Amino acid sequence: MDEVAIAKLNDIPDGDYRVFALEALEVGIFRTGSKVLAYENVCPHAGGPVCQGKIFHKVEEVITPDRKSAGLRFGKARHIVCPWHGYEYDLATGCHPGDPSLRLTPVKVAVRDGRIYISVPE
Amino acid sequence: MLTKTPRPLRNGSNGKNGKNGKNGNKSPRVAELPKIDTLTDTRDILAHAAKEARQSDYFIVDVDAHVTETAFWPDVIDRMESDVYRQMARAFKGRGPAPGLLNSTPGMLYQDVFGRIPHQQRLGEAVPGGHTHAQVTLVQRAMDSMGIDYMVVFPTPMLVLGMHPQVETEVVVGHAFNKWLTEEILPHDPRIKAMLYLPFNHPEESLKAVETYADNPSVIGFSVTSTRFRAVNHDSYMPLYSAIQSTGKPLAFHSGFHWGDQSMQQCNRFISMHAISFVYYNIIHMTNWIINGLPERFPKLKVIWIESGLAWVPFLMQRLDSEYMMRSSEAPLLKRRPSEYMADMYYSSQPLERSNLDLTEATFKAMRADTQLLFASDWPHWDFDLPNSITSLPFLDEQAKRNILGLNAARLFNLEVPKHKMIGAKTKKAPAVCEPVTA
Repeated sequence: MDEVAIAKLNDIPDGDYRVFALEALEVGIFRTGSKVLAYENVCPHAGGPVCQGKIFHKVEEVITPDRKSAGLRFGKARHIVCPWHGYEYDLATGCHPGDPSLRLTPVKVAVRDGRIYISVPE
Repeated sequence: MLTKTPRPLRNGSNGKNGKNGKNGNKSPRVAELPKIDTLTDTRDILAHAAKEARQSDYFIVDVDAHVTETAFWPDVIDRMESDVYRQMARAFKGRGPAPGLLNSTPGMLYQDVFGRIPHQQRLGEAVPGGHTHAQVTLVQRAMDSMGIDYMVVFPTPMLVLGMHPQVETEVVVGHAFNKWLTEEILPHDPRIKAMLYLPFNHPEESLKAVETYADNPSVIGFSVTSTRFRAVNHDSYMPLYSAIQSTGKPLAFHSGFHWGDQSMQQCNRFISMHAISFVYYNIIHMTNWIINGLPERFPKLKVIWIESGLAWVPFLMQRLDSEYMMRSSEAPLLKRRPSEYMADMYYSSQPLERSNLDLTEATFKAMRADTQLLFASDWPHWDFDLPNSITSLPFLDEQAKRNILGLNAARLFNLEVPKHKMIGAKTKKAPAVCEPVTA
């Protein structure tokens, strides 16, 4: 496992993300504050470039105490959406909201001295 | 000879060399990949598919992909035979999302999941000017990325034209589209084929379309857009079916959705309506086709059912068999069970249901997928399938995959298979059905 400096933390605005190709490995780097998460840029559904998609907040449906629908709203959880078919994955867990077994592959990532390093399988 | 379009080298933007391997190893080259939006090049959107395609030697026929005719609508309008209709269509210019004379359907703009799937929203990428039509370039980029040898193209918003209240409008628009497709798109590349639009609400004008294009080598069949309220067994269609049978080319029923349909208006979400609608129309047409004995009346007419997925096939086979065995007097032309007629027909694979592979395998067996199933992508629509929808199925052997991906279609449409992709190709024709019943 080799560690590669891939970007400066400040190159990615808070809440934003960038996608890099390191030869065969493609990685999406997602920043929240000083934290970063990294996932392989491969959708477990059909192999699409999931990290090159857009981020949407999770859509929730509000149910009243008498079990009626009070409509839709955006929740706090953020999803990355595969641009091929719309499969959504919770950025915090990498899981699909309706089937947690369908999950993005995490990539080991670290921030040191303002630089983002990812671990690349040999 | 079939050849791919020339393809320039494409690199990720801002490429740079990594230099900071912690273990002292030579670091991999680092390139940044763009976020995908409505301006992204098709080859970048489908770059992952291209990697897979480069690793395979499959002969692939995509029997259902789409052009976006409304992006070139003035060219279609120019080909309308009636000067009055041309004027009417032009008068709509700049007045809303549905170009002149097209009937927009509620929900059409929902398809991209509200911006989540950019290629469904718009393929706004740059295409070079010059001799090659922009639509041709878009199709070629998709074909080359997915490793497709032939692509059969259908329209997009016109899939609901059969619901237009004015029959004459379907006729005018349908004929104009066929002229545009055969004059502007198909001649550019022998790999692009079409099953032309039949203005089916007018049987005589549909027959005219068949007579006009029967000998066009790029026209490999004719299609009915299934989203309409017409009984396919009506006697007025018999000359049309007879004429298509005489051409030796197939008749396809291409399904679609229509949220304006009163039954579909019970669905409060697009997902619900879309999931049911595509199956619903083809179930009705298939049922009328079988119960009225059309396979016996036109035994050599090859019929394809497009874009309804496959799960409905074993459902309807069992349902019709069950009722037929109790009420055969209502289907006196049948000499076999409905399921046997259905197993003689052809089906396109997309959108392939595969969340339960046991059911998918049973479906393939029931419909004799080895010989009857045809791969389809539906590109560039949001629920498109790639060739890996077939190659990843664990229950298929290698020959079955090759048949479904392209060899079944090659036999059905008499398409040339490049020599280096002839693996498993047979010259045998598709199995014939029974001889007709004579009056």
